[in-house]
Amino acid sequence: MDHIAADTPAWAMLAYLIAGVLFILSLRGLSSPETSQQGNRYGMIGMLIAVATTLLLHGTGLPLIVAAIAIGGTIGWFIAQKIQMTMMPELVAGFHSLVGMAAVLVGASAYLNPDAFGIVDSAGQILTASRIELGLGVAIGAITFSGSVIAFLKLSGRMSGSPILLPARHVINLAVLAGILGLIGYFVFDSQPAVFWTITALSFAIGFLLIIPIGGADMPVVISMLNSYSGWAAAAMGFTLQNTAMIITGALVGSSGAILSYIMCKAMNRSFISVIAGGFGAEAEAGGPKGSAVAKPYKAGSAEDAAFIMKNAESVIIVPGYGMAVSQAQHALREMGDLLKAEGVSVKYAIHPVAGRMPGHMNVLLAESNVPYDEVFELEDINSDFGQCDVAFVIGANDVTNPLAKTDKTSPIYGMPVLDVEKAKTVLFIKRSMGGVGYAGVDNPVFYMDNTMMLLADAKKMVETIVKNLGH
Amino acid sequence: MDFLSTLSIFVMACFVGYYVVWSVTPALHTPLMAVTNAISSVIIVGALIASSAAVGGSEISKWLGLLAVVLASVNIFGGFAVTRRMLAMYKKKEKKPVAASNNSSAK
Repeated sequence: MDHIAADTPAWAMLAYLIAGVLFILSLRGLSSPETSQQGNRYGMIGMLIAVATTLLLHGTGLPLIVAAIAIGGTIGWFIAQKIQMTMMPELVAGFHSLVGMAAVLVGASAYLNPDAFGIVDSAGQILTASRIELGLGVAIGAITFSGSVIAFLKLSGRMSGSPILLPARHVINLAVLAGILGLIGYFVFDSQPAVFWTITALSFAIGFLLIIPIGGADMPVVISMLNSYSGWAAAAMGFTLQNTAMIITGALVGSSGAILSYIMCKAMNRSFISVIAGGFGAEAEAGGPKGSAVAKPYKAGSAEDAAFIMKNAESVIIVPGYGMAVSQAQHALREMGDLLKAEGVSVKYAIHPVAGRMPGHMNVLLAESNVPYDEVFELEDINSDFGQCDVAFVIGANDVTNPLAKTDKTSPIYGMPVLDVEKAKTVLFIKRSMGGVGYAGVDNPVFYMDNTMMLLADAKKMVETIVKNLGH
Repeated sequence: MDFLSTLSIFVMACFVGYYVVWSVTPALHTPLMAVTNAISSVIIVGALIASSAAVGGSEISKWLGLLAVVLASVNIFGGFAVTRRMLAMYKKKEKKPVAASNNSSAK
């Protein structure tokens, strides 16, 4: 073929292949916490090989390139050291947007200077296959960028987390998507600038339009989906450059994001399409308050009561949710766990897959506060333990503990797998106030059970007071 | 390499990705996202080619490439560093594994 790859020396192709294999090993390392650090190192070595090989092949203009890497690297390194663990979701969304933008820039650069990328035929025109790859790469990159920017703004609270619904948004979105695909097809026959830049502009627009109607609690799906897109964008560019490292990485990241989206959808019993269509929570909010207008009796308790109950329990299962992250209660929670363990109480943590704003969010926060990871269990592994446990301690979680998901077919969360906290002998439920409902807008019958004690306060303050009471 | 060989690599890599990612423990899903983010910045390869293009090519194209190098570098350094920071937090119950991980990170 006329591709530049035909001129790529064998050693370089081998080097890119090795980089690709190292990236596979870096994900493989994440199968357990013991091997994960090694995995991360494989990833770094792979990246080093890919960059070094490229520089050896195309080593002109080095000073500027080194300066660019130094600027970007310093910013990245600095952010990574400073960022709080509770802010991981918006950090990851922000990073996704950078990959998307980089893909757009590389695509635009290749379009403006196809010679440098070796994607021209003998007549000086961009190759047909390269036109499709470029079009797709730029489109996916642009969607990743603008979608991730919106996700970042929503996750960091700079933009309201509630869904923003435009009229006729499905029609608009489908029309724009069809327009992008049509233009990429047309680009094969006519590669004039207007076509290329329209594809780019429309793709920026659709990324924005797709994410604004999606609400805060669906963010775990969105962020996984954008993760997947950033991979496909890299893969498309890899096709253009005939670069093995990029293609392998793109495929890995693409499947990784897709699998995470699938896991998140399954954990909410929602179809991918319904999440992408957006608007979840908006309808429920309108209908919800009517049902909960009648004040039902509930039992409120104090930190003192909670400390007494847990001190005398044999086993406590802690169920953290997004509320724990918001109030930064993880450190106080770990302290509470330590004091209970000192009293001879068995303490475990139960994590619902969609607790928090991104996959594995709660696990990172607990790890940050030094909770050993072998005390932390996934839903399937711990759900049968609630029947035998004395206290279920729910902190900042709501919908993921709602038993209506198992019984009420009319409930918007019906069919979602939930943690069976109601089976515990006593449920201690930390909640800011009785007024608010969970994201799904559904009332939780656990609040009104005889064996539930509501601890109405800010999560962190409540746990700190419990710790004080456990102390003496 | 022709298109079909490239496509074969891509399809095979999708399958490898599928099996490798399913074997990742759910507790490490956040680090997984951070590290996939870092490695997808391998797009820097394209950015480097663009920015090292010989004189005579379009100047704009070169500067777009350099900007892409900056963005991808933020991601590479930031992504790997934050993953490293997170993974260092995962500890087992007893003290032994902590000591072991200290040794391995020293060398």
